[in-house]
Amino acid sequence: MLNIKNLHVKLEEEDKQILKGVNLSLEPGKVHAIMGPNGSGKSTLSYVLSGKGGYEVTDGTAQLEGVDILDMEAEERAAAGLFLAFQYPVEIPGVGNMTFLRTAVNAQRKLRGEEEMSAGEFLKVVRAKAKDLKIDAEMLKRPVNVGFSGGEKKRNEILQMAMLEPKMCILDETDSGLDVDAMKLVAQGVNALRDDKRTFLVITHYQRLLDHIKPDVVHIMANGRIIKTGGPELALEVENNGYADLLEETA
Amino acid sequence: MAASSQNTPGGRALRDAQLIDSSGAWAKEARIAASDRAQAAGLPQRRDEYWKYTRPDAFVQSEVTLQASLCRSLETFNQRTTVLVTFEDGKIQSAALPSAGHCTLESLASASALDLHWARDIYGRLEAAGQTPVQRSLASVNTAVAREGLMLNVTGAVAAPIHIHATSSGQTDAIVHNVIKVAAGAEVTLIETGQYGARTNSVLEVDVADGGRFHHIRVQDGDERHLLTHIFGKVGAEATFKSFTLTAGGQLTRNECVLQLLGDDASVSVAGACLGDGRFHHDDTVFITHDAVNCESRQVFKKVLRNGAVGVFQGKILVKAGAQKTDGYQISQSLLLDDDSQFLAKPELEIYADDVACSHGSTSGAIDAQALFYLRSRGVPEAQAVDLMTLSFVAEAIEEIEDADLAQDILDHLTETLSAR
Repeated sequence: MLNIKNLHVKLEEEDKQILKGVNLSLEPGKVHAIMGPNGSGKSTLSYVLSGKGGYEVTDGTAQLEGVDILDMEAEERAAAGLFLAFQYPVEIPGVGNMTFLRTAVNAQRKLRGEEEMSAGEFLKVVRAKAKDLKIDAEMLKRPVNVGFSGGEKKRNEILQMAMLEPKMCILDETDSGLDVDAMKLVAQGVNALRDDKRTFLVITHYQRLLDHIKPDVVHIMANGRIIKTGGPELALEVENNGYADLLEETA
Repeated sequence: MAASSQNTPGGRALRDAQLIDSSGAWAKEARIAASDRAQAAGLPQRRDEYWKYTRPDAFVQSEVTLQASLCRSLETFNQRTTVLVTFEDGKIQSAALPSAGHCTLESLASASALDLHWARDIYGRLEAAGQTPVQRSLASVNTAVAREGLMLNVTGAVAAPIHIHATSSGQTDAIVHNVIKVAAGAEVTLIETGQYGARTNSVLEVDVADGGRFHHIRVQDGDERHLLTHIFGKVGAEATFKSFTLTAGGQLTRNECVLQLLGDDASVSVAGACLGDGRFHHDDTVFITHDAVNCESRQVFKKVLRNGAVGVFQGKILVKAGAQKTDGYQISQSLLLDDDSQFLAKPELEIYADDVACSHGSTSGAIDAQALFYLRSRGVPEAQAVDLMTLSFVAEAIEEIEDADLAQDILDHLTETLSAR
């Protein structure tokens, strides 16, 4: 699904190398988790993959279903099936959540040369999906993320994901700022979207989220590289021993 | 004084002898007084502080150089049931003047032919009261020479909005003077769309008596036009005055609004959203005087500018001695979509009472990169994402509109305007 080879990235405005040769191969239908200490480059990886400005790719490639994405605009990557659930979803006052969702769904369809979703059809679909995430009609009407609690913002991210039906979902510290109940609800939403074609890359500091979204593969990232890859047990090892041992191993 | 025609050199006529001769007693008096005011003050000049950010030349010179163009703003309110008053080339279509419950509609021409008329206490009076501390002589010129306008006397709650729609073609020089009297406890909504002329000098005088409610929604569009508007409002105790303007076109616009809060517990709001693109200069000049206890005033102005467009805001709150418990709010903000556009703001507070809350702020900024990325990461192309951010930015001004349906109409008009450009 997503193949990252030897990805080197620096900040555009500073001579600071953040990613120093990341290699990842994510198969369809799998959930990969990336764990790592602060500053290891996890969030940068998610931003670079989804097309945020301010970074410069100095080497390497990233392909989504065999197509290079690094030269695409952010919206083209989205239309190609990439989705990033933000660590800090942005508030957009004055734009209704529903308007935003419909604009996004139809913009992607248009970019893909598909027919737009009618207002009636959209309403039907969004109501059903919102219900599963315990998002009520009032929350759909409110401006995007404005006045939402941490949990509501993350549920809203998952709702967007459910509406946009991406092939490749990147979740950037989706557990941050969530209490246990909110995390369970979000995880349920994610799990409901799992199927044998859709791929997930779950970025997190803590093993806790992975109790609820069970990964197939766990990677440890440090200092801009993947330093270890293993099964779900690797996450438990980190939880018990911290990153220090792993960092020493690879030093 | 002899009723001879007087012109300033190369500029506006300050007096219309034939019009004065044909006016009834009250109008004659008002016109002569206004002409004298204009004469004494002189026409605005570039060096005037009050015209520091906007050149008055286009409004002062004798020639009209532009062609009026068609605008789409009528369609915006087509779905609403309104009482439609039309102007063509600056002239009110008085033969087609509608009637509605709890109010009377007349043309200025028919009202000014009478020796006695209710408008006598308002026409030119509120304009004259708005001449200090700065002189707005082009408003006096308007009072002196205006032949066209709507006189609206509101005596109860008028169910449907009164809707003025103006169309013009060619190089029309329109001078329009509308007067509205809202009786105690009465209520009306006025919608203004279209354009009176290629060049327009308009005055709207509104007297809202105790407990009255006046709502004003205005859409200014068109391509090439020069527009100078004045609102003079007098607001009584427990009365409400709300005016919202959307400007989405035209080369030059100056909207002046002068309000006096004269009764306790009154509430006023003046708001505007503007979209400026290219050859576009837009000026909001507001002066609100608090002269009673426990009144609230709000000024909310949002301008989105690109391709060298210029936005101006001059807003003042004057709190007179004794106007205790005043709650004044003023915000003017611009979203600059490129480095060529500019926003010039002069917010002022002048307070002579000691138990007052007044807040003001003014900002200029570029589009929020993180928000733009958020929208694009959801598949919204950049141009469309900028439009959404534009809607987001002006939302606070649109929220000042009390009627949710009319606010939606404005939002729809804005969305259409954005997607058409």
